[in-house]
Amino acid sequence: MISLENVSKKFGTGTYGVSDITLAIDKGEFVFLVGPTGSGKTTIFRLLIREYLPTQGTIIVNSWDVVKLPGKKVADLRKKIGVVFQDLKLLSDRTILENTTLPLDIAGVKPNEAIRKAKETLERVGISEHINKFPVQLSGGEVQRAAVARALILSPDIILADEPTGNLDEESSWEIVKLLSEINEAGTTVVMATHNREVVKKMDRRMVELSLGTIVNDKKGSKEKTKENGKKDEEEEEKNPPAEKSDKKTEDKENKKESPHPASVTQSGDEKKNEDSKKTEKEEDGKKIRTDDFEKALKE
Amino acid sequence: MKFLRTTWRNIRRSPYQAIAAVFIMSLTFLAFSLFAMIIFGSSRIVDYFESKPQVTAFFRDEAKQEDINSLQKSLNDSNLISSVKFVSKEEALKIYTEQNKNDPLLLDLVTADILPASLEIATYNIEDLSLVSDTLKESEIVQEVVFQKDVVATLTSWTAAIRGIGFFIVTVLALISIFIMVTIIGIKVSQKKEDIETMKLIGAGNWYIRWPFILEGMFYGILGSLIGWVISMGILFWTTPYLSSFLRGIPVFPISLVFLLGLLGLQVLLAVLLGSFSSYVAVLRYLRKR
Repeated sequence: MISLENVSKKFGTGTYGVSDITLAIDKGEFVFLVGPTGSGKTTIFRLLIREYLPTQGTIIVNSWDVVKLPGKKVADLRKKIGVVFQDLKLLSDRTILENTTLPLDIAGVKPNEAIRKAKETLERVGISEHINKFPVQLSGGEVQRAAVARALILSPDIILADEPTGNLDEESSWEIVKLLSEINEAGTTVVMATHNREVVKKMDRRMVELSLGTIVNDKKGSKEKTKENGKKDEEEEEKNPPAEKSDKKTEDKENKKESPHPASVTQSGDEKKNEDSKKTEKEEDGKKIRTDDFEKALKE
Repeated sequence: MKFLRTTWRNIRRSPYQAIAAVFIMSLTFLAFSLFAMIIFGSSRIVDYFESKPQVTAFFRDEAKQEDINSLQKSLNDSNLISSVKFVSKEEALKIYTEQNKNDPLLLDLVTADILPASLEIATYNIEDLSLVSDTLKESEIVQEVVFQKDVVATLTSWTAAIRGIGFFIVTVLALISIFIMVTIIGIKVSQKKEDIETMKLIGAGNWYIRWPFILEGMFYGILGSLIGWVISMGILFWTTPYLSSFLRGIPVFPISLVFLLGLLGLQVLLAVLLGSFSSYVAVLRYLRKR
């Protein structure tokens, strides 16, 4: 989905925004970019939307080679990435509704359709009652939500959120992060730059730590670890299939053969109970891992 | 439609800049209209004189009618002459009376005796007027020969001068308009640079950004050209009675409606080009930097 390979960005002043970084982000991942001011978080975002061109290296976003992308195609790339800018970049002379419809307007969507979609999205982010207000008339958290709505409106595959909790109190910050997390759960890849360690610890997702333009730590969160373990288990299962499970598979196959319509497949009460209990066990395990990691992180 | 909405919002939110832009455009197109009308009128005057190649020979008082008749006959025999008309002293007085009917003082002073009889001779070609004039001058009964080659030459040189001055003034005003429009639109672009940057970052192409500014330039141009045209029409109708009596007998007025509407159409077209070109240049300067 996103791949940066040996990417460096040297500015005219001679300083490096990022230096020889290599980073890969899979589809549907939620990744935190953390690090102090000037560590290169925003530079990475700017490189991804080709606001900057790297001095060296290759950048692939959604199979687009960002570096070699012809100038005319840059606008198309940017339509595929929703960005919540650090300074939000909402147009001050336009209402929240007009700001939200802007990407649709640019994409050539008909006004009525754009308004309908914008209202839907604003409702999703929880500020539907402010659609006719101007950005200055809203609180910090509400403006942040408006910026998220604008980033979301074109249903992008990727959302880049640059310090979206920057100037917010703890409660508002948490609401924004939860909102981004919900968006991620719906399948969108979310990359969020922040220096709010609390949020990162609580969320317990993949964290890429930057310092002076280089990646100093790339730590997986519990969810990613569970996923990875799940993948490993599946691989092992494929290599050495357990006898019971393989029998069950053949049974299932046979059932499917007998009744090809999915609606006709019924589960016995016992089987369902077993599956349900497995699910709760898994969820509990996940929670346990999360709380363990959270405690560890706090201790650190 | 969405571009028109954005354009209208831009105009409404900076009314003084809009007024300045429309004012300079109006001035340019007013000058354009006035010079176009002057050039049109003077061309009509020249055409009038050119279409009437005419020599007037004024006879001495002592000239006998027989001599005049024989001269007229010899001219009629020539294949250069299209028409010869004798104007007697009495007829000359009639013409004079008709021309000065509003000035009784001038009428009182003049009698048929002091007005000379004359021959009005028209040639097929204006070039032949000199030859006819020279021939007439040699005649003993002819006191003076007036022919319109001089008038046409003078008018032609005046028309050329007016045309030159008009072209120069309109060009200078058009250039000033372009500079002022580039400045005004440039200020607007600069005021909106953050918005433009944001739009570009969320996927707007250059034309999405350009169109509202180009439409704005066109709007100023079209409005300016309409105002300039309407003012020039006012001036035309106000001066028509004076000019008509000054150009007595020369069919300049009324200026045809087709010409006036054609002038408006041309001005609107030029306004669209001028406005859009100015805006394009203004936005280009900014977009190039990105």
